[in-house]
Formats: sequence, C-alpha cells, structure tokens
Amino acid sequence: MKVAVCVKQVPDTWAEKRLREADARLDRESADGVMNELDEYAVEEALQLIEANGGEVVVISMGPERASETVRKALSMGADAGIHVVDDTLGGSDAVATSAVIAKAIEGRGFDLVIFGSESTDARMSVVPAMVAERLGWAQLTFAQKVEISGGEVSIERVTENGFATVTAATPAVVSVVEKINEPRYPSFKGIMAAKKKPVESLTAAELGLDAATVGAAAAWSAVNDFAARPPKAAGTVVTDEGDGGVKVAEFLATQKFI
Amino acid sequence: MGEVLVLVDEVDGTVKKSTTELLTAARRLGNPSAVWVGPGISDAAMATLGEFGATKVYVAGDADVAKHPVAPAAEVLAQLVAQVSPVAVLVPSTADGKEAAGRLAIRAGAGIITDAVDVTLDGDRVVATQSVFGGSTIVHSTVTHGVPVITVRGNAIAPEAAPVTATREDVSVSLSEAARKATITGHTAAVKGGRPELTEAQVVVSGGRGVGSAEGFSVIEALADTLGAAVGASRAATDAGWYPHQYQVGQTGKTVSPQLYIANGISGAIQHRAGMQTSKTIVVVNKDAEAPIFELADYGVVGDLFSVVPQLTQEIAKRSS
Repeated sequence: MKVAVCVKQVPDTWAEKRLREADARLDRESADGVMNELDEYAVEEALQLIEANGGEVVVISMGPERASETVRKALSMGADAGIHVVDDTLGGSDAVATSAVIAKAIEGRGFDLVIFGSESTDARMSVVPAMVAERLGWAQLTFAQKVEISGGEVSIERVTENGFATVTAATPAVVSVVEKINEPRYPSFKGIMAAKKKPVESLTAAELGLDAATVGAAAAWSAVNDFAARPPKAAGTVVTDEGDGGVKVAEFLATQKFI
Repeated sequence: MGEVLVLVDEVDGTVKKSTTELLTAARRLGNPSAVWVGPGISDAAMATLGEFGATKVYVAGDADVAKHPVAPAAEVLAQLVAQVSPVAVLVPSTADGKEAAGRLAIRAGAGIITDAVDVTLDGDRVVATQSVFGGSTIVHSTVTHGVPVITVRGNAIAPEAAPVTATREDVSVSLSEAARKATITGHTAAVKGGRPELTEAQVVVSGGRGVGSAEGFSVIEALADTLGAAVGASRAATDAGWYPHQYQVGQTGKTVSPQLYIANGISGAIQHRAGMQTSKTIVVVNKDAEAPIFELADYGVVGDLFSVVPQLTQEIAKRSS
C-alpha cells in the first residue's frame, strides 16, 4: 500500500498571529514554524496503517524553503520519503490554488490513500482535503476519528455534530483525520538520524505542470480589502472571593439580564 | 435583485437556527432562495424557511443525495449556480458546509471565503467580514473570481423574521460518479444529555485545568444546567481525559461566540482564547489573579471555583425559583 500524507508548516499554535501591513498576508516570520498540529495525527495514522498493512508513506508539503523542516519531522517520525513543492511563485496562493498544487503532486504516483489533518491552525478553512478529492475525483472520507483498511476498501468514522457516520469507499481515497484518532509519536533519536538519509524530491509549480499564472497571490480568487485589530476590550471588574464570589457573579449576571 | 442561494442545515428534518441566520444575512444581498438537499422536506420546514424570507426553496429530494457525504450538496449547488447565476452562495460554517463550499468553489470556478461573521453589499460587491486569530483581527474580504461562495459562522448574525410564502421548486440532480464513490453506511448518535449544541448555545460554561478531574466537571455541568447552557472544556481538560474531545473550545477545537461565556479554572492561553474571544460577555473564575483570561473578563472572580461555582449555581436557582 502507498500512502501520502500532506503536512503544512504553520506558525506555532501558541504564538500570537498577525497579518502583514504591506500585503495582508499572515506574518510567518515572527513566530517559529512548526508542523501543523493536526497533521501530526495524519502522519501517525499513515504510519500505523503501513505498520499493519505494509507499504510506504510519502510526506508531501507545499511551502517555502524552511518548510523542509516539517517534511524532515515527518520523515523522522517514520515516513519513508518526501515531496517538497517549493517555488516563490506559490506564495500567497489561496485554497483553490493550493488544492491544485497538492492534487498535481498526488496524481499519477500510485497512491492508495492520501491523508490530511482536518484543518490547519493558521487559515482554519478545512476545505483543502475536500477540494483535492473533488479535483482528483477520488472518494472523500474526511473528519475521521477512525480509519480501517481491508483489501481495496477503506472505511472511516466521520465525526458529525451529533455522533459519527460510517463512510466507506474503494481506494484511492482522500482521508482527513481529527485529533482524537490517535496519539502522535515523538521522533526517536534513531528516527532523526535515519531521516537525514531519506529522499526528498523538490518540485516547482512548473515541474508539476501548473501554469504560473494560476497560482500565487496575484491569481487568488479572493482578496482582503482591509483589516484592523479588534478594538481592545474595556477592562472588566475583577473581585477577590471573600466567601461571596458566587453571589457576586449572580448579581452581575442579573444586571446583564442573563438571570 | 438577484438570487442568493442559502444551503439549508437541518437536523432530523428541522431547520437549524443557523439557517435562519443565513437567510437574514442573504436578504442584505438579494432575494434569498433556500436549497434543501435531502429527502423529505416537511411543511414545517417550508414554513420556517418562508418565515425568514426564502421566496424559493429548491428541493433536491432524490434519496441518493443522502447516501453520500458532502459531494451531493456541492453538485446541487453547482447546478443551481449555473442555472440562476446567484449574487452569492451562503453555506453554514459546519464541517459538512465548509467542505461542500470547497468542492463547489472548484466545480463552479469560484473564490471562497470561510467563517464570515457578517456579509454586506458594497455597490455590487459582496463583502465578507471575518474575525480571525481568535477574534484579535477583523478582516474584510471579497471574492474576485466567479460567484462568491461564503460560509457563515453560527451565532454571528441575529436572525430576523421577514415572512413570505416560500415556493417549492424541485431540482432533479444527476450525481457524478465521483460523488457516489463514498457511501454512508450508518449513523451512530453520540450519547448526549439535554444540553444545547456547543456552537449554537447562547450560554457556554467551560472548565479547564483548574477543574482537576473528570469528577470535578459535575460542578461545571450543574452550573450549565441551571443556565440552560452548553458545557465546554479547554484543551488541558480534554487532553487529560476529564471531558470528551468534542467539547473542546479553542484553536484545535470548536469556536464559540455565545452571549455569555463562563470560564472556570482556565488560564486563557492563546490556544483557548482563539475559540471563545468573540463571546459577547465573559465571566471568569480562577484562583490565579495573574491568569491572562482575566484580560478578557467583563466580570472576574479570583477564587476557588469549587466554592464560587456551586454558590453561583445555588444563587441562580434561588433567584429563579
């Protein structure tokens, strides 16, 4: 079995994020770049599926030069090889273009499954896996809290607002996973050393057969008109509990007509 | 005025509140037309859609559309986009909604904006307002190519009735082969109490690290139940296994924007603030006076939640009896 895992380098989840004044794009320089947390679950799921069924895991990432750290991290967790789509013309691509790049990187390489995290913690759109499924014409099995493979069939539990749905399809399929699916492993020292020797293929947009005019910021199909920091909240009242803290909150709720 | 397509979100045949919010928003852009994807629309559902201004209700009621996830809604919408050239397509910001919107954007060759908290018309341009980075930044965006496909966050727009008589128009749709590739073979309902759904609740009561244990959450639940509130939890609490993951509020969990948010024993790391910062009124109970969550508080108590919260629960019960 051949499984692709798509990972994205994002600013550290615990850092404050902001848009750059000049071009209204996310300031990625001011925070450490880390593997999108939800993608760690995708890598773990791919590794577990391969450990149980045999095969190989290829990690795919689109991002600037330094995103190679994120590809390396997936390799040190145990993925076998990497594809890094790195090209200045891709900067500022919207989800529509990103999905085109990812679909091209997947196409024609014999993957049975491609696994994503269910969203990135920077843009938080949750649309790229569905867009990639649409582009490839593959089955979409997303928001999985459980993935099972048997023969050429893959079955997931799709998390819904009131429980889960069981969804089944023949491979190849696009899967995305939620954070409760597994516990991602930490790269071992051995894994980190081994990762240095694993092959990573670097590709440009042109090498993927994409027209430069259809990707990047200038080709985006949506644009930011303006943005501003939310006005700071007026300071509230803070009291220290002297045995009547609960009553005081109730009084506050009453003045605000909540009770 | 042109048509504005609104994808209906329903549960067991009942129109969800988020749909009435979307119809309200759609009226600012043009004439709302509801799009119902699924078998069996009831008279009650038709009436609700009419009450909030849907002059037309497109019904794709073929049994097949409910057998496959996401893709059928995208294909129905794409077909209608080609047919009626709408001003915009509004979709609820649920997992299903966002994914359907994503697929629609590809099919229709359209730009997409997700998680709008408002939509307005500026001349003939549809402008979406987003509240990003946990509400710290307000962004105005426009789709520049194709029909604007916009997902709208629940609880962001107050629904206002504008009654009309909704006319039903049946849509016959032939699903692509790709849309039929994934099949839903069953539904399993989560065990749930009578509490409102987290992202739709008017009041959310949350617990964090300070709650200390799974048992400790009974104090949080008791307060939630006196207020008719949903229960939320910080990542620290869900990671520790004290409360189920599906109730996590924060960057890696749900984003909520209720009228009232009560944070108990939650320090307020950016991870959590990103999921609740836009709540209208925020009450904080925490032992640590230095906890950053107090910066967001409209009202805060520095104290032990295990004495403050039960007292508050009791006081609310007393006042409402």
